[in-house]
Amino acid sequence: MIELSNLHKSFDGASVLKGINTTFEKGKTNLIIGQSGSGKTVLLKCMLGLFTPDKGDICYDNRHYSKMSIKGKRNLRKEMGMLFQGSALFDSLNVENNVMFPLKMFTNNPYNAMLDRVNTVLKRVNLENVNHKYPAELSGGMQKRVALARAIVMNPKYLFCDEPNSGLDPKTAIVIDNLIQEITKEFDIITVINSHDMNSVMEIGEKIIFLKDGIKAWEGNNKEILRTTNEAVSDFVYSSELLKKVRKAYL
Amino acid sequence: MNYIEHVGKYFSMLRQVLRKPQKWSVFRDSLFREIQDLGINSVGIVAFISFFVGGVVVIQTALNLENPLIPKYLIGYASRESLILEFSPTLLSIILAGKVGSFISSSIGTMRVTEQIDALEVMGVNSLNYLVLPKIIATVLFYPFLITISIFLGIVGGYVAGNITNLVLSADYVSGIRYDFDPFHITYSLIKTAVFAFVIATIPSYHGYFVKGGAIEVGRSSTKAVVWTSVVIIFLNYILTQLLLGK
Ligand SMILES: Nc1ncnc2c1ncn2[C@@H]1O[C@H](COP(=O)(O)OP(=O)(O)O)[C@@H](O)[C@H]1O
Ligand SMILES: [Mg+2]
Repeated sequence: MIELSNLHKSFDGASVLKGINTTFEKGKTNLIIGQSGSGKTVLLKCMLGLFTPDKGDICYDNRHYSKMSIKGKRNLRKEMGMLFQGSALFDSLNVENNVMFPLKMFTNNPYNAMLDRVNTVLKRVNLENVNHKYPAELSGGMQKRVALARAIVMNPKYLFCDEPNSGLDPKTAIVIDNLIQEITKEFDIITVINSHDMNSVMEIGEKIIFLKDGIKAWEGNNKEILRTTNEAVSDFVYSSELLKKVRKAYL
Repeated sequence: MNYIEHVGKYFSMLRQVLRKPQKWSVFRDSLFREIQDLGINSVGIVAFISFFVGGVVVIQTALNLENPLIPKYLIGYASRESLILEFSPTLLSIILAGKVGSFISSSIGTMRVTEQIDALEVMGVNSLNYLVLPKIIATVLFYPFLITISIFLGIVGGYVAGNITNLVLSADYVSGIRYDFDPFHITYSLIKTAVFAFVIATIPSYHGYFVKGGAIEVGRSSTKAVVWTSVVIIFLNYILTQLLLGK
């Protein structure tokens, strides 16, 4: 379990996170939703240790981030995988070497064992015969899948995804969402996903927290979010005319 | 941010950079790639410029030494000295600052704005060490070699130009090249080159690594990187000359 307690973060005096308390559970796809600019990425980067919170603590399975040494933090990061919004694949390396990079850096496995592992995870994300292509030669959806393969190649305990389906067509987006959910179940890991996509919320929202103005304005799951009376959430969720009609029909 | 803060941040960056690589095999691969990108890919332009500038130096020197009392071999001597002392190490470093410096800062800057650097950090990689150290080693090892080629080709270019224009006889030129040779001048030139190589690898890395924003900022940072690298090279050239040759 990941526990956030009273997490604060500001940039040059502008506060972005104003005291977030919540938990993210194992074997579940946990969603952080909110408008663009609401601080979802900042929250995720705090959990990854890319930003240091100004106040508050993050606890990973009873290990308190604020009490960890630099070395401890670096070791903790080896248990994390991250899928970045823009995929963040290394453009100078081909697909195979992108996925193999963490293995080369942190294991002493022989080359063939590393290659086997790479092929296993590439197959897991349904990518075959692209080993020698460069990121620039792949479609957005394929880049996301390579990035997901790279994120899980070291068997992480924690998987973070920043808007995994931004820039994808709805059908590809659902494929990626489902893949993330399957992997979460299969390896029993803690997955935290940033999203502002309503399809994802409905499909994989096993736990949802809604960020607004730097605080957690709502928490629940994809069943509850349909019935909520919280106006901020329903304004966000039913932002289009189509969705408002859908809601009417549902209720 | 003011200049002092930048200087402080630059040196604290170097503290992260100058560490033992996390994995030697990965470091070795990057080192070979950097030697290719930052060194071998510049051999052509360096050879071209050196050959022709060597020719021009000889022609200019010959035209300015028309007094019949001055022996012709001094043309070879003066050309050799200006190539070794200034043209090859300093001028070519400025040219490399433009070519290689903009490449370094824009490639690292792009990695920053596309979150590739964050991706490295998330994996637990010391991104500064991983990205910058191989560049330093590659340039500091390779540029002295590059400058040696440049001096040699400059002298050859001078020989060819002297012959074509008939401004200096081959025999005079060759004896000028061998006249009063001080090996320390080569040492001085190579020391300068190694220092400039360090600057060419690190200042553009600094500008690229700390870029914020998008494509426009990456472009701006690479312009700034080239300007600052050149300024620092010119300034260090003065200091090093004072230290090494000043009496
Ligand atoms: N590195 C940074 N420096 C300064 N401000 C930042 C930084 N990162 C994010 N912010 C600010 O934090 C706010 C939240 O951004 P972000 O977390 O990216 O939103 P989103 O919910 O769209 O992911 C924005 O106002 C943004 O300007
Ligand atoms: Mg974001």
